[in-house]
Amino acid sequence: MRHRLEPLAWLGPAVALIAVVVIWPIVTLVQTSMQNITPIGVTIGSAGAANFTKLLHDPNLPGILVRTVIWVIAVVALTMVISLGLAQLFNQRFPGRRVTRWALIAPWAASVMMTALIFRWMLQPDNGAINIFLHQIGLLHQFNSNQSSWLGRPDSALAWMIGVAVFVSLPFTTYTLLAGLQVIPGELFEAARIDGASRWRGYRSITLPLLRPAFVVAAVINLMNVFNSFPIIWEMTRGGPGYQTNTTTVFMYNLKESFIGEAAAMSIVNFALIIVIVLAYLRISNWGRAGAA
Amino acid sequence: MAARVPAAVRPRPAHPEPGPPARGRRPRRLPAVRTVVIAASAYLIAVLFLLPYIEMLITALRPQRELLDRDYLPHHWAWSNLTGMWGAGFGITSSLRISLEVAGGATILVTLVALPAAYYTARHRFRGRGAFLLLVLTTQMLQPTALIVGIYKEFLGFHLIDTVWALILVNAGFNMAFAVWILNAYFASIPPEIEEAAMVDGSGRMGVLLRVTLPLAAPGLVTALIFTFIAAWNEFIAALTLTTSNSTIPLTVRLDSFIGQYTVDWQHLFGASLVATVPVLILFALIERRVVGGLTAGSIR
Repeated sequence: MRHRLEPLAWLGPAVALIAVVVIWPIVTLVQTSMQNITPIGVTIGSAGAANFTKLLHDPNLPGILVRTVIWVIAVVALTMVISLGLAQLFNQRFPGRRVTRWALIAPWAASVMMTALIFRWMLQPDNGAINIFLHQIGLLHQFNSNQSSWLGRPDSALAWMIGVAVFVSLPFTTYTLLAGLQVIPGELFEAARIDGASRWRGYRSITLPLLRPAFVVAAVINLMNVFNSFPIIWEMTRGGPGYQTNTTTVFMYNLKESFIGEAAAMSIVNFALIIVIVLAYLRISNWGRAGAA
Repeated sequence: MAARVPAAVRPRPAHPEPGPPARGRRPRRLPAVRTVVIAASAYLIAVLFLLPYIEMLITALRPQRELLDRDYLPHHWAWSNLTGMWGAGFGITSSLRISLEVAGGATILVTLVALPAAYYTARHRFRGRGAFLLLVLTTQMLQPTALIVGIYKEFLGFHLIDTVWALILVNAGFNMAFAVWILNAYFASIPPEIEEAAMVDGSGRMGVLLRVTLPLAAPGLVTALIFTFIAAWNEFIAALTLTTSNSTIPLTVRLDSFIGQYTVDWQHLFGASLVATVPVLILFALIERRVVGGLTAGSIR
């Protein structure tokens, strides 16, 4: 007979690691959010809810919240739609498929901060490769101009960073959907085709519904990754000009430099936000299923 | 006259004879064009995905005085960039060593911690098993970014700021879940009878684990090792927060510090990025087929 404490010996190290790296930081985070800490790191005492009220009255916060919602929805929606197409394409049989799939994983395997840096370099106002290309096809009129300084203006900077975030999210999403496609029996689609359904009709009423589990998992993982995304914005604009390209995650990091109590408060608000976003998504996707059934 | 019109030109009867429907019965050889179109678009997309990394390579080989040129390709290839960047002034060599220590250390720690947990949860049903797996799933859903303020305050209290240990612990903690899922799936697929048979043959429990079970789970173990190594190698925000001194920052933070300088050494920045990226691409290609399983297994259960 096994001893009651036997599981502890096997799982203990894992639990200890989780305690040190995840649980303890959560406790510290909650404590810090309610402490009054000076910019040089001296704890003066309890702050009550002062960190939260200061944060909620920050004049930059409304803009940052709106931008965060745009960032998350735009990146995840574009990623999911494009990945559906890519998964369909790379699921077909054609010569050289393995090599092309291998190329697809590059942005997944490479460090996101390095990928962001290469885009920053390609967007240099004076000589970036993207600007050279845009100039050649006639979309860019002058180098070193206000127009070519994509990362200098908040709106165009956000648009480009959304593009980079989609770029690095596509491989994981496409691979997850490809794995989902592989468990769908091909006969179902074939049968629909023989019954006279068009390719698109067969895709919409056979493939897409069966792909749902993979789609939902990929979407939820993307929601959390994109919400917590930091390196892209940090490397391309540092959140600037001003706070105009901050998301709540980047803002939390910027606050940490001098107002660690307020940064902790921002982290806790972030927790609440991501839970709301994921629940809202699951609600919407369930509602869609109930409507279709 | 009408009788001489070839059959193919004759107008079709308004109501076709009963029989198999005409649609869906097109000749089988026709899709050749379709395959060509599919392959061509796939090749084009593959190239698009590689372009930023090709630009990384090109910039790494650009001579300093051609950095500001408006050309896709330099006129001369400065292979000397790749040797010059190791000089002490850039700090790339020391940071590369730190990155290796962090990634290697995190990989070893994950192995030590995840192997017993994954094996035990695959073989036994016990009280707290569900709670444990839920805890593991939670760590996978959370990210260092979400907890970074708490992590910073905690390690400040432990006096572990500016040490490799802090980064090893954080990277191991947040990548352990992946290793647990993938190893758990492999162990669960190995019938216990194989282990029992080996035990009857006189091997001890540990001996069986090391000589029978572990080799059978080797593909899962290799996937977990490579995945952890790459994740720790690429990790950015924890390293940026927990290390500040010139002698302890890993490569990602070193490259970030290049950006703040008055003149950015883009060619060395991307030379170092290239050195960091190429091995990782090759390693990732080896485990590519099994990664999705480890990342989504927890959420599907």
